[in-house]
Amino acid sequence: MTGTTENVLAVRDLEVSFASDSGTVAAVRGVNLTVAPGEVVAVVGESGSGKTVTAKSILGLLPETATTRGAVVLDGDDMLAVSGRRLRELRGTRAAMVFQEPSTALNPVYTVGWQIAQGLRAHGRYTRKQARAKAVEMLRTVGIPDAAERVDYYPHQFSGGQKQRIVIAMALVLEPGLIVADEPTTALDVTVQAEILELLRRVAADFGTSILIITHNMGVVADLADRVVVMYEGEVVEQAPVRQLFSAPEAPYTRRLLAAVPRIGERVSARSVVDPDAEPVVAADRLVIEYPGRLGRGGFRAVDGVSFTIAPGEVLGLVGESGSGKTTIGRAIAGLQSVSGGSLRVLGHEMLGVREREFRPVRRDIGFVFQDPATSFNPLLTIGQCIAEPLVVHGRARDADAASARVAQLLDAVELPAAYAARFPHELSGGQRQRASLARSLALDPKLLIADEPTSALDVSVQARVLELFGRLQDELGFAALFISHDLAVVDLLADRIGVLYRGVLVEEGTGEDVLQRPRHPYTRRLLASLPVPDPVEQAERRERLAAIVAAEAAAAGED
Amino acid sequence: MAKRSLLDRLPVVHQVRQSVGVQRGMLVTGLVLTVLFVLVAIFAPLVAPYGFAQLRDAAGHAFGAQQPPSAEHLLGTTVGGFDVLSRVIWGARTALTTIVIAVILSLLLGVALGLVSGYLGGWVDRVLVVIADAVYAFPSLLLAIVTAIIISGGRSGLWQGIWSAAIAITVIYIPQYFRVVRAEAARIKSESFVDAAKVIGTPTARIMTRHVLRNATRTLPLIATLNAAEAISTLAALGFLGFGIEQTSAAEWGYDLNRSISDVTAGIWWTSIFPGVAIVLVILGITLVGESLNDLADPRLRTRRRADVGEPLTADVAVGPGGAILDDRQPATGEMGTR
Repeated sequence: MTGTTENVLAVRDLEVSFASDSGTVAAVRGVNLTVAPGEVVAVVGESGSGKTVTAKSILGLLPETATTRGAVVLDGDDMLAVSGRRLRELRGTRAAMVFQEPSTALNPVYTVGWQIAQGLRAHGRYTRKQARAKAVEMLRTVGIPDAAERVDYYPHQFSGGQKQRIVIAMALVLEPGLIVADEPTTALDVTVQAEILELLRRVAADFGTSILIITHNMGVVADLADRVVVMYEGEVVEQAPVRQLFSAPEAPYTRRLLAAVPRIGERVSARSVVDPDAEPVVAADRLVIEYPGRLGRGGFRAVDGVSFTIAPGEVLGLVGESGSGKTTIGRAIAGLQSVSGGSLRVLGHEMLGVREREFRPVRRDIGFVFQDPATSFNPLLTIGQCIAEPLVVHGRARDADAASARVAQLLDAVELPAAYAARFPHELSGGQRQRASLARSLALDPKLLIADEPTSALDVSVQARVLELFGRLQDELGFAALFISHDLAVVDLLADRIGVLYRGVLVEEGTGEDVLQRPRHPYTRRLLASLPVPDPVEQAERRERLAAIVAAEAAAAGED
Repeated sequence: MAKRSLLDRLPVVHQVRQSVGVQRGMLVTGLVLTVLFVLVAIFAPLVAPYGFAQLRDAAGHAFGAQQPPSAEHLLGTTVGGFDVLSRVIWGARTALTTIVIAVILSLLLGVALGLVSGYLGGWVDRVLVVIADAVYAFPSLLLAIVTAIIISGGRSGLWQGIWSAAIAITVIYIPQYFRVVRAEAARIKSESFVDAAKVIGTPTARIMTRHVLRNATRTLPLIATLNAAEAISTLAALGFLGFGIEQTSAAEWGYDLNRSISDVTAGIWWTSIFPGVAIVLVILGITLVGESLNDLADPRLRTRRRADVGEPLTADVAVGPGGAILDDRQPATGEMGTR
């Protein structure tokens, strides 16, 4: 590695180990990487690949249980060797961090202006007035409207995307040479993600700041990075300029990773054959769902006049951002959320004002796959007991042991070894757990399966397998399904029809081709254009298109 | 994935092995004191040189009142002419019986009420919370005294005394278990595995016992241990204020302390020091156990041996028998291993 002196950051032979109850765990093993001035370097890898640990070691943020070896040279100072005092001086001025979850990175009891100024006060003499003026300027730089007024607002008065802008402003305020961004867009909706990526790109161009971005999203990498470092199990498996990495990946792992990224227009299952005359499994007619408000205040209308149907054997994909009401609809169909108005018929039962006692027999025909595989299993029961639970509850088996044959059959259907029945949920990986969750939902041969973001908590390669499995089982067993996701590409892989939800309203519904190739509603168009594709060349074009859409929308809004 | 040996999976043994340094010292000291207390209580008839209400030795000679420590009476005798050592030893028995009854009763009632309140919510919850808060609002000792008076009309015989003390302590501690279990149940209620149980049509009673209760009891052993220590001090305080058990019915440390007040000014130190030391040691022992279990159960408070860089990689995740104290904050290992 030549010219390390010119680099903003040079990580040499970094090794990090953690003391855990089961002994020493090596999280990072011999990582070398450099970041040149003004360069955007992306570190990609799956959970557990050591990418976040590497990023944290740059700012000396590792927990006490960590032991490090090697060197992290930031502009001439080895961050692993410097004293605590020097470390504090360097943090913020040489390198700053942008965190994954903007709502927890900001302190809720201080105004955002105070929090931005905090960095200034820690590193120099500023009067209150100067600090405030600087904070306003930074807010303006990151694109917060009415900055002079909103500098006195508290974090909860901003949206998620704006909060992330404020976190970026906090990082920028001391003009550090390097910004370490740890999954800065993962917690955000895809349209907001596009805006934040645009902001980061502008920061790199205008301030000449180097950015080290940690991400698992290949689309984000293609959108932003100049150079990519691929990590796998604590080691760097490939480093290449972004175009080269996507066009000619060398390491087998990189190739596997790229192949697993879902793209629009690559279906994994055949379109279901649907009998249009059959009675629909689910029929929503001007469905309204409200969450009760506090005393004296009106309720919150999460779903507002949504109508759709799901025919037997059909897969309907629901897409929308957080807060669009997609999960609420799924929960209402499963009887976990009461319906406030309109009509929702599930397997011939009206859900408006339904009683749990009447609905209970219907439940055996409904399967549900939850979003978070970590919490959807009772941690004290074995996988086998969890999968047998529906059978026991509905009297098909006396206890878990009596159901073991069926459990083995179900595990086999989701491609898990039968021996896993004896394991506890925490002994399985996220992908395995999600497959076990699928097995449980299929235990009673349901007519309808509701999958609420079943893959959003999974790594991309694991997601690909789970989706493939879902498609295959749907083909074989022919159940109707409601597939809820925030990711258009994922929905397109499986769904026969796609509905797009925006703020509780179904803005568009149609076949996959219709919605994705010829979107009619402006929101769908923006959603499609915001989705970063794992191809730097194509992504550059898409970026232009998105900018055009946003400009057109702004112009239209100006005319009103 | 290596299974841990059977010995290692036993509740307390596991923690002792897991601990290092000061934490281990605290835990072991606490365990030694507690085990000693329990053994003394169980084997009191064998250990104690005399009975708790014995006034004369086998030959029929009276012990004499306020005798200083001697070969016959290692810790001397009280103003009433009882052997201090024997009374301290027999007192362990009374204390153990009382706290076992008190902890079991308050645990059962508190957990049941907390579970119903937390999971079902609604007006049941509101009423129970108001009652629990009302109990909290009273000074606990005052409440214990009132309960003791209601049950036994003041002082009484052995079992009446034990029960009145135990029930008085139970009333004070039910709200603590209630609150903890209620908070846990309310939290677990919104976990998706409970939703998963609802979706398949599991009856509410089954959800409450199989899914919520079993997951809500994680912290109870810790609270029970800490409460046991507090229960001892409440029992001693009751006895000291004269709501204990007659000296002829059983030995009770607090009551003995009460009786020795006048001795203190007369320079007779042995009648008050030894029951007092017994109370302090037992409370110290149980508190040490409770506090160190508490620290060990929390991965953020638990100290570990430092990691060595370069040691061979072990990506094993610690596996317990789905038991009470698991570390779920293990660094995740590669998800790609799913094949």
